[in-house]
This record gives sequence, structure tokens and C-alpha cells, in this order.
Amino acid sequence: MKLPLMGVINLIHETEDMGPLTSARCLATVPFGARYRLIDFVLSSMVNSGIQKVAVFAHTKYRSLMDHLGSGSNWDLHSKQSGLFVLPPSMEDQSDFGKGDLYQFYRHRDYFARSPLEYVVVARSHMVCNIDFARVLEQHRARGSDITVVCKDWPDAVTGLTRKAKLDADGRIVDMQDHFGRLASDVVSMEMYVLRKELLLDLVDTSLAQGKDHFVRHAVMPRLGELKVDAYMHEGVLGVVNNIPSYYKHSLELLDPKVWNELFFEPGPIFTKVKDEPPTRYRAGSAVVNSLVANGCDIEGRVEGSILFRGVKVHKDAVVRNSIVMQNGIIGEHGLLSNCILDKEVEIRSDQQLMGAADLPYIALKRKVI
Amino acid sequence: MPKSECIAMLLAGGEGRRLGVLTKDLAKPAVHFGGKYRIIDFTLSNCVNSGIDTVGVLTQYQPLVLNQYLGIGSPWGLDRRGGGMHVLPPYVRSKGGTWYKGTANAIYQNMGFIEGYDPEYVLIISGDHIYKMDYDELLESHKRNRADATIAVITVPWAEASRFGILSVDEDDRVVEFAEKPKQPNSNLASMGVYIFTWKVLKEALIRDEATQGSSNDFGKDIIPALLQDGARLFTHRFEGYWKDVGTIDSLWEANMDLLEENPALNLNDREWRIYSVNPNRPAHYLSPESSVQSSLINEGCVVKGTINRSVLFQCVTVGEGSFIEDSVIMPNATIGKNVRIIRAIVGDGAIVGDGCVIGSVDSADIAVVGSGDRIEAESELEEVETV
Repeated sequence: MKLPLMGVINLIHETEDMGPLTSARCLATVPFGARYRLIDFVLSSMVNSGIQKVAVFAHTKYRSLMDHLGSGSNWDLHSKQSGLFVLPPSMEDQSDFGKGDLYQFYRHRDYFARSPLEYVVVARSHMVCNIDFARVLEQHRARGSDITVVCKDWPDAVTGLTRKAKLDADGRIVDMQDHFGRLASDVVSMEMYVLRKELLLDLVDTSLAQGKDHFVRHAVMPRLGELKVDAYMHEGVLGVVNNIPSYYKHSLELLDPKVWNELFFEPGPIFTKVKDEPPTRYRAGSAVVNSLVANGCDIEGRVEGSILFRGVKVHKDAVVRNSIVMQNGIIGEHGLLSNCILDKEVEIRSDQQLMGAADLPYIALKRKVI
Repeated sequence: MPKSECIAMLLAGGEGRRLGVLTKDLAKPAVHFGGKYRIIDFTLSNCVNSGIDTVGVLTQYQPLVLNQYLGIGSPWGLDRRGGGMHVLPPYVRSKGGTWYKGTANAIYQNMGFIEGYDPEYVLIISGDHIYKMDYDELLESHKRNRADATIAVITVPWAEASRFGILSVDEDDRVVEFAEKPKQPNSNLASMGVYIFTWKVLKEALIRDEATQGSSNDFGKDIIPALLQDGARLFTHRFEGYWKDVGTIDSLWEANMDLLEENPALNLNDREWRIYSVNPNRPAHYLSPESSVQSSLINEGCVVKGTINRSVLFQCVTVGEGSFIEDSVIMPNATIGKNVRIIRAIVGDGAIVGDGCVIGSVDSADIAVVGSGDRIEAESELEEVETV
């Protein structure tokens, strides 16, 4: 049976503090996990769940987003009847740009109105996870919830910036606060909201008419008493990736084969834009251990505890340790990298050394030559 | 339908009998090669990179996997309006219908397809060979010589010349003699099985060949000799570079090993001439803390916990702790258990090799083969060729 659920990936005012990694791209297209962009995880999850209609509400710096998503064919979303809709902000004038996401929901309301699908899931791009939304919807209907928020019980210190939720004994959300709030709870919100389309459109119209324009802050959080807002607990792995420490931490967590397998395969595979790179070439003398390596790399040096994106070259006697090297990076002979994040196409010349700290990786900007 | 100057007809019906258990459910062009590809990817990519956007793929033996792989040609950018890639299997007509009797007959039976594009020239290629070639240069030389047919040739060692179709040429590269697998070769220019014909000439030759009693309806054996006898303008075009027929277990293994050289003659990393294929879209591969990988190619989705030396691992291969793989080719989705030794072997796709197995040997002259989908029980020792 077709899943009566349509998707929205809402990139408007995503909470982030990624510094140089988002200087020329939106959070959604920050490269992650050796060959993916952050948005791939939620997008693939939607597709694997059986969602056939997904809108991406773009907002700023979305050139890389358009380039990455293309026609949606890599996610099997290039269909005639539904598919992928990338919707850039629709504005009367410049001043609309600062308005909250509800304003754009309103401007894009035809996207909702034109579909017969009964439910909507509104999500963000920076939750690195693999989740079946069909099960979220199942719980939503079974419990007769007005809104279901995907949450995770996360007693460890959370590195990324995320809202916290307080639940009652039945799993109903009784309090919710932004990431800087003082709410004491182990439950974090994964910023995925399932609700009936009619309710969403009602919340949009009502909130805007009341002069409020933020979906979660203004339409959901003040209604925790009036609406039945329940949590759906996600059991799988999760990375909230929206600042540098969380980016670095969750990237290196992929070196645990259990995390690798769960995140990339369970319950469905994560898709991304294909690049037609050949298999990676390991030359005589290379020494690569405990690392994740994408296709198209050419390695002659030493790599430990690191993540190499597609097309990275590690020359002879170079050492890459606890680092993340994005697409087409080059590490010259006798180069040394330790605790670094190199954005795309960075070149480390021969004999150069770059060292960050374990809790504060050094970041090299895109196309930098060192 | 728009007119195309040159369209390609790709012969992909090869049975690949000599590849044994690797082609039991597979046509030869669909055989895996180079850690990521299937053999046919090379000719399809050559077409696209040469600017040819209309390709008829003639299939025959074991077409299921191949058809599924080719789809509508999107992975090669061949899902084009007014052209693109079309799979052409033999089909039934109102007055019966036949299997393709030979390479020439396969084209003869699809003359209607070719006529639909009204081409000036037709490129005939086969999905059995591994090489990178700009067919546009071949076409230019064909036009420059005002040729009826141009045959791509490669210089082979004299000692091996008797295994090929050998062409003797004059100082203008015009063909004066053609001999199929001659015992005493007069030249060492071998036909690569890559031809450009002026369509008008080919069409006539195909019709005539079809009417000839006893013809084997083959390009090398019948069409080329007949045209030569008629005094048609046949020219050669010399190709320099890597070209290999991977028709046997040994040559398939060798061609994979060729890729592991320091500077391989077949460069897969050339971004100006990418080899496209159906991307498995699997995560980056993972090498564990105890792994060691040297002089090897490894594709997406692999998890390696053992030692890999001079080997090619296709997508989604897993290698358990303590295992040792040397001079071998491990095809997609194969699972290699713990403490396994694999030396000078080809492991077919989806095969499962149990813990502690020993496959192949340094001393064996033959390459050991584990067939696709085979399951080798733990602690087995197999030095010889598997015939499962």
C-alpha cells in the first residue's frame, strides 16, 4: 500500500555553527561520511520508508544543494506523478528573507494543497540517522496523536545543538526548549514532526495571522497543552551534526563497524549523487588502518583513524592521522596531518605539517594550498 | 526520427564458454572486471566519450543479467531522446524467426533498426574487449580515406599473430590481405573487432552475404574477405594502447592484475575519459585496525579485516580477521571468512568462503576459480580450478 505521507526537508534557519564548512554551502550539503552530504540521510530515509513526494525548502547558499540533488534520480525521486521538489524561498522583497519558516510554508502551500496525501513529515537536514518513517506514522495513528516528534533518549553529553523534550509517563511531550534552554531531560528532539496536512496548514495560517512565523517555536511549542504531541523514540544510531565538534565526533564514530553497518544499511541503504570514480588504488608501501575510504583515492602513504572522501591522493611517506579529508584533497610527500578537517580540494604540499587538537580539529578552507 | 551521422552496433551476445563457472548465468560482456565494472562498460563508455549517442546492443546468450544491468542506458548517459541505447535481442517474426547465426547476421536482422536512423556510417564493436578508444578518430580516418570500411588494428607480437585476424596493408594503410588466424602470418597487425562501415556498402554486403550458401555470416570470416575480393576500399586504423580480449580465466585474471602495476597501461583514473558503470551506491569501504592492504584495488562497500596483497576487491566484499589474499580477484558481494588463504584465484560474485579455507596456491599453474554463488565449507582446501 502506498504510504499516505509526504516529506518536507526544511532548510530555513537551520541551527548551525559550522564556521568555514558552511561559508559557501548550506548545512544540508556539508560533506559527511566519505561520500555523502548531510541531507542524504534524511532524504534516503524518506525514500526507503516509501515516501514518494519530497520537498526541500531551500533558503540560503543553495547552489551546492541544487547541484547535489539534480533531478532526484539518485534517490529514485525522478518520477512523473510526484518526486523531488526543490523550492527556493519565494519572496516579495528582501525584507521577507528574515521572516520565519512558516512564512515560506505559506508561500509554498500549493505544494501541500496539490497532493492528496493525508500526512506530512517535516524534517531538518542535519540529523545523521537511518529511520523508517512508516513506523513513525504507524505509531502516530495508533496513538491518535496530533503531532508526533521523533526523539532519542540520549543520556550522554550531546555535542550538537538540539532541542530537548520532557515527556510524561505516556510519552507525551510536556515541555520542549531550544538548545540553549535549561530543561533537564535526556530526551533530544530529532526535529522530525509528523502531522496531518490539514493541521499543518491550519497551524501555518493561524500562527501567521497571530503575527508568529516560526514553526516549532511558535506553532508547536506553545500548543503542547492544547494538542496531543507525542514522542516517537528512535532506537538507531544518531548524529546531530551542526557544529564543528559534533561534525568531527560523529564522523569518527563511523570507524566503528557496528555504526557503519547500522547507519548505512539499516533499515535501508543511504543514497547519494554518484560520481563514477574507479575503485581506490592502494600502492606498494601504503599502510591504511582503521579508516573509511571512498572510491577514486590513490594512496601510497600512511592513513590511521581517518576518513577519506572520493579522489583523495596520499603521497609516499605522508601521514594522515585522525583526520577528515574531503573530495580531491592532496597530501604531498612527507606531509603530516593530525586532527584536521580539510574541505574539498585542499592541497598539503610536500613536507608540510598540519596539526589540530583532538577536541579542536584544524580546519582548512576549500581549495586552500598549504 | 533525426538523422545520425554514425551509430554504433555493439555485439554483446558472446557466450564466453571458456570462462566456465563465471559465465554460467552470464553473457561474457556482463562479466565483472576491474573492481567495479562489467566488460561492456568499456565499449559503452567509449561510445559516449567519442560522441556517439545511438547504440544498439545485440544480445543473445544469457541476456537476463545483462538486460537488467543495461536498463535504458542511464548510467552511461545513453537515455537520450531520439537515440540512446537500445537492447536488440533476436525476435520472432510472422514467418518464424531465428537466433543470431553469426555477427553479420545479427546486424542483418536489425537492418530496420539502423535504417531508422538513416546513418552515413555504422560502427561495429563487440562487448568482449577491454580498451579505451576514441571512435571519432577512427571515423575521421575513415572519412579521410574515403573508405568503404575501416578496421581498427593493433600491433601484436609475431609469436601470437596466429591467434588473431591478421591484416596486411600497403603504404597507405589500405588492406591488401586478410587472414583469419593464419598459421604463417604475413603481418602482425591484428584486427581488434572494431569496424566502421559506410552504411550503404555494409548493407549491400550483408544482403549478399545472407544470400550466400554456406556462409557463416561472420564479419571476420565472411564480410571482410568478400569486400576485399570485390576491391572495396578497406583501410586500417592503428590503435596504440591497452587492448585485451578477456575470453579465458587466465586472460581475465591477467587483465585484472595489469591494473595493479605502478603505472597501468589502462588508466581508470583519467577524468577526461571516465569509464561509466552502474554504481552500486554503497558506503566507503572500511579497513580495520588489523588490516593491511598493498598494491590493490578496493571498491565501495567492502569491509576488510585481513591482509590484501596485489588483489582486486569488487564492491561489498567482506574479508574476515586473519585472512590472507594475494594475486586474486574477489568479485562483488563475496564473503571471505576468517583465517582464509586465497592465492592466485578468482572468487565469483556472491560466493561464500568459510573460515580456514585454502583456495589456490603459489605453485599452481592454473588460476583457482570459485563459481558465482558457491559456498565453500570451512576448512576446505582447493588448489585446482573449481568446476561447481
